[in-house]
Amino acid sequence: MKYLMLIYSNPETWGHPIFLRTAEGLAMSDAERVAMTEELDTLLTEIRESGELISVAALADPANATTVRVRNSVRLTTDGPYVEAKEQLAGLFVVDCATPERAEEIAGRFPDARFFAVEMRPIMGSSGEEM
Amino acid sequence: MSTAAETEDLWRQLAPQVLGAVVRRYGDFETAEDAVQEALLAATTQWPADGVPDDPKSWLIRVASRRWIDQRRKDSARSRRELTVASLDSASDQVAPPSGAETAADDTLTLLLLCCHPALTQPTQVALTLRAVGGLSTAQIARAFFVPEATMAQRISRAKQRIKDAGAQFEPPPADERVERMRAVLHVLYLIFNEGYTATAGSDLHDVELTREAIRLTRMARAVRPDDGEVAGLLALMLLTDARRPARTTADGRLVPLAEQDRSRWDHASIDEGVGLITETLPRSPLGPYQLQAAIAAVHDEAATADETDWPQIVALYDLLERFGPNPIVTLNRAVAVAMVDGPAAGLEILDGIGADQRMAKHHRLHAVRAHLLDMAGDTDAARASYVRAAQLTTSLPEQHYLEGKATAVGP
Repeated sequence: MKYLMLIYSNPETWGHPIFLRTAEGLAMSDAERVAMTEELDTLLTEIRESGELISVAALADPANATTVRVRNSVRLTTDGPYVEAKEQLAGLFVVDCATPERAEEIAGRFPDARFFAVEMRPIMGSSGEEM
Repeated sequence: MSTAAETEDLWRQLAPQVLGAVVRRYGDFETAEDAVQEALLAATTQWPADGVPDDPKSWLIRVASRRWIDQRRKDSARSRRELTVASLDSASDQVAPPSGAETAADDTLTLLLLCCHPALTQPTQVALTLRAVGGLSTAQIARAFFVPEATMAQRISRAKQRIKDAGAQFEPPPADERVERMRAVLHVLYLIFNEGYTATAGSDLHDVELTREAIRLTRMARAVRPDDGEVAGLLALMLLTDARRPARTTADGRLVPLAEQDRSRWDHASIDEGVGLITETLPRSPLGPYQLQAAIAAVHDEAATADETDWPQIVALYDLLERFGPNPIVTLNRAVAVAMVDGPAAGLEILDGIGADQRMAKHHRLHAVRAHLLDMAGDTDAARASYVRAAQLTTSLPEQHYLEGKATAVGP
C-alpha cells in the first residue's frame, strides 16, 4: 500500500529539519534537539533499508511558491502558496508499507507529528477486483 | 533452435536448484543468492549468443560458484581475512556433482520455506521468493510492483539480512513449525497471483506475467508436495481464477463483473485442469481454505451462464470456509450467495453483522455489496448512496470507475 505522507509545520524561520525551527523546537534544550533529530535519522534509515521509502522531498520556503491559474485561457501567476494558512506543507514522503497500521506507525514517528501534523493519503492504484 | 522465451524458462526453472546446490556447498545464503543472480545474468547474455550449454545446470552452478568465490575474496580482502581464500581456490576448480531429482525437489521446497521465513514482512517474502525461487531480476520485480529498482533491491537485501539475523539456515524447518511455515509459503504464492490477477493496466509494460509466475511456482510446490491438499487446492484456485482473466476487463481496462463476463472468452483448458485437480483432491485430503475457494471457483466456472450458477452449493461451501476462522471478506461473499438463494433481505442481514466492525465499516467492498443487495431489493436510493460511498472509499482507479458507473446506472 502506497501512501503520500505530508509534513505540515509552522516554523519561525524556514529550514530543515523543520521541527527544530518551530517555537516548540526552539524552546527545547540542545540535548533534546539532538535526540529528536536522531529519531528522524533513525526512522529514515529504517524505512530506506527496509525498502519502504520510495521518495522524499524537503520543500523550499513557501515564500518561493508560485501559484498558477488559467482563466479564460489566460495564465495568471501569483506569488505564494495556494492555501493561505499558518501551517504549511514542509516536506513529503512516498512510502510503500505492508499494512495501514505500519503506515500509521511511520507517520507517528515523524517529530513533526508532535508539534503540528503528518497527513497520510493513500495513493490510488490501477489494480482492481471485479465486484 | 530454442526461442528466447524458452531459454529464459529453462534458466528460471533451474534457478532454485542451482541456488540449492551453491548454498549446500558453501553455506551463506546471502552471498549464494547474489552469485546465482549473477550467473542467471551471465546466461541472459551468453546463451542467446553462444547457444544453451549441454548441461545448463552445471554451467550455472559453475558460474555461480565462481561469483561466490570472487565475492568472498573481496569480502576477505576488505576484512583482511585471508584464511579461507586458499581453500576456496580449490573449490573453484570443482564442478558441483549434479544433484539427483530428489535433492533438487527438496532444495526447492527448503528455498521456498526460507524465503517465506516468519522474520520477514509479506512484501519482502514476496520479493525474495520471486528472485530466489522464481529467478527474476530485481528490475523485473520492481517493475511488476511499480516501485523503483533501488527500493526493491533494498527490500531484497534487507530480507536476506533478516534471515541471517534470525539464524535461519538452508535446511527444512523443525517438524513442529512445518505446517505453519508451509501456510506462509502458500499465502505468498497467493499474493503473487493476486497482484498479477488484479492488474488492469500496465501489464503490457511488464516483461513478467505475475499470474503465470505464481502458477509456475505453485506447480513447482505441488511437484515437491504432491500429497498436500492445500497446495493442490491453491493451484486449482489459481487455474480456475486465471481462466476468467481474458473476460474480466474490457480492452480499455474497465472491470467486468462475473455475472456479465463473456464466458466464451474464459480459458476452458485451464478450467478443465482446475476442475480435474480439485475434484481429485477434495475426497482425498483434509479439507482446507484453498480447496474450498477452488471448489467455489469451480462452481462459478462450470455454470454455462450466470443464471445457471448453483448458488445453494456456493452457500454451503462458504459455510464450510467460515469454519476455518472468521474472515469478513468471506462473510461478504457468503452474503451475496445467500441473497441469491434466499433473497436480498437475508444477505443484508448478514452485512449488518459485519458493519459493526470499525475497519470493515470503512471498507469499500462492504458498501459495494450492500449497494448490490439494496439494488436487488429495489431500494434504488439507498443502493445509489451505498455505491457512492463505496466509490469514495476505494483506492483503486478501475474499481472507483466501476462503482461510479453503477451509482449512475442504478434505478430511476
